[in-house]
Amino acid sequence: MIVTFRNVWKTYGRDVVLERLNLEVQAGEFITIVGASGCGKTTFLRMLLGEETASRGDMLLEGAPMPSEPGPDRGVVFQKYSVFPHLNALDNVLVAEEFARARLTGRLFGRVRQRARAKALEMLEAVGLTHAVKKYPHELSGGMQQRLAIAQALMKNPKILLLDEPFGALDPGIRRDMHALILDLWRRRRLTIFMVTHDLKEGFYLGTRLLVFDKVRHDPQAPNAYGANITYDIPVGRVEPEVLEEIRDQTGLPVAGEAGFRG
Amino acid sequence: MKRLVNQHPPRTIGYLLGLLPFVLLLLAYVAASAARLAENPNDPLLPSLGTMFETFWRLATEPSRRTGELVLWVDTAASLTRLALGVGISMLMGLVVGILAGLIPYAGRTLSPLITAVAMIPPLAVLPILFITFGVGELAKVVLIVFGIAPFIIRDVQQRVEELPTEQLIKAQTLGASSWLIVLRVVLPQVFPRLLDATRLALGAAWLFLIASEAIAATEGLGYRIFLVRRFMDMATILPYVVWITLLAFLFDLLLRLANRWLFPWYGGRR
Ligand SMILES: Nc1ncnc2c1ncn2[C@@H]1O[C@H](COP(=O)(O)OP(=O)(O)OP(=O)(O)O)[C@@H](O)[C@H]1O
Ligand SMILES: [Mg+2]
Repeated sequence: MIVTFRNVWKTYGRDVVLERLNLEVQAGEFITIVGASGCGKTTFLRMLLGEETASRGDMLLEGAPMPSEPGPDRGVVFQKYSVFPHLNALDNVLVAEEFARARLTGRLFGRVRQRARAKALEMLEAVGLTHAVKKYPHELSGGMQQRLAIAQALMKNPKILLLDEPFGALDPGIRRDMHALILDLWRRRRLTIFMVTHDLKEGFYLGTRLLVFDKVRHDPQAPNAYGANITYDIPVGRVEPEVLEEIRDQTGLPVAGEAGFRG
Repeated sequence: MKRLVNQHPPRTIGYLLGLLPFVLLLLAYVAASAARLAENPNDPLLPSLGTMFETFWRLATEPSRRTGELVLWVDTAASLTRLALGVGISMLMGLVVGILAGLIPYAGRTLSPLITAVAMIPPLAVLPILFITFGVGELAKVVLIVFGIAPFIIRDVQQRVEELPTEQLIKAQTLGASSWLIVLRVVLPQVFPRLLDATRLALGAAWLFLIASEAIAATEGLGYRIFLVRRFMDMATILPYVVWITLLAFLFDLLLRLANRWLFPWYGGRR
């Protein structure tokens, strides 16, 4: 079991954001997460990252307690600001090697650098950025920036890859390319992926398992007294239309490209 | 007829328009000076351009009768040394303290209130204290500049560090960076252009503090000279010195701006 949650709660003061989360995830799963805005999806990822701790319960990473700060075993791609604006594409990826091997100077030289460079170039090729290695992020399109961020994250061979609405800001056509890319990388590198999305179609057809976050208990007097919980945990691709309707009603999320949705 | 807010002058006309006020001021000066000198050829208040140029030339090329030195260059060297020391130390403090306070929560909690408090103290009010503590030598003048501009630079750098998206710092950690490497490879390079910008803005104040301290206690320096010859109402020295100082200030500003553009090509293009 790569990730285990046992009765995990997250509260900020008296506000309960997440409650009673129980989850077991195997290595190699591709988990998509949907839920209404503000229900705690990003918080969930930040807990996996180690940026936030559980207020109650146990979070385990490969059976050991989840580290309480981010580290190279968990990679991440955010919706934006994931790449370093002051480094060109190659250096953005190369810097991952330099962090690991040059603990003092942060820079590699000579043959070690050549080898790291080759690895970085390979990674850029894997995400289709060979033609843009010398470009700074502000010279790249949104889709290219996200490809770069993915390449960066994969340099560390993370046990799990966390994606927080990584394609939310992209055009539908480019988003399709990115889906193909991420599926390809997931299969070939045997990644374990958690991906938050606002797009139900993405959620239902991209991965292997869908999690829906929602509040099951409501107190009209105190809207923050109860937190969200995992209300659906279903394999992707085998969803009954009625269930889809239910989830759509529950989360209030739109389905992008609805026309071709059922086909 | 388009609205005024939509009318833009063509390029060359724009430049000429920018020159216009300078030309007008110069003409006004020349006219006023000529009128005064016609009444009394020895009037010192509004010397002619020729007299000013001669004086300036003499200060720049003829050794002084009293000390045997080239006055303008001695003054310039003395002032620029003080300025460079003061500004340089302030920049270094800005980087070190600003990054520490902006990035390391424990350092921030410890230093921020102090920096805020120090920034509130009017620097000129502590000038006597500086002269008493450090003597009237170079040290007090440099310290005054540091006192005057370092808090501003520190706070600007700190703010820039705090503005860095958390995503970047998290990302660096997921790539295996230690705190030190985050400083070295993520924070420092992104803060450097901002440091140069902050320094540009602080230069005006640095000149102010330099000239103030030179006016009070010095044996050479641009500010010292201006205040020395004030006693003789020697406008033929003062006015060229002021122009000279302005020119130097302009050059430094330009240099810092160009440095930013050349050294950090990514800086202007950020979204
Ligand atoms: N540091 C914090 N302190 C207090 N409350 C917080 C904090 N971080 C998040 N919250 C609250 O937790 C709730 C969940 O936020 P979160 O960002 O996880 O939602 P989300 O599901 O990612 O939403 P979206 O779909 O809009 O991205 C929100 O109500 C938010 O106000
Ligand atoms: Mg979110």
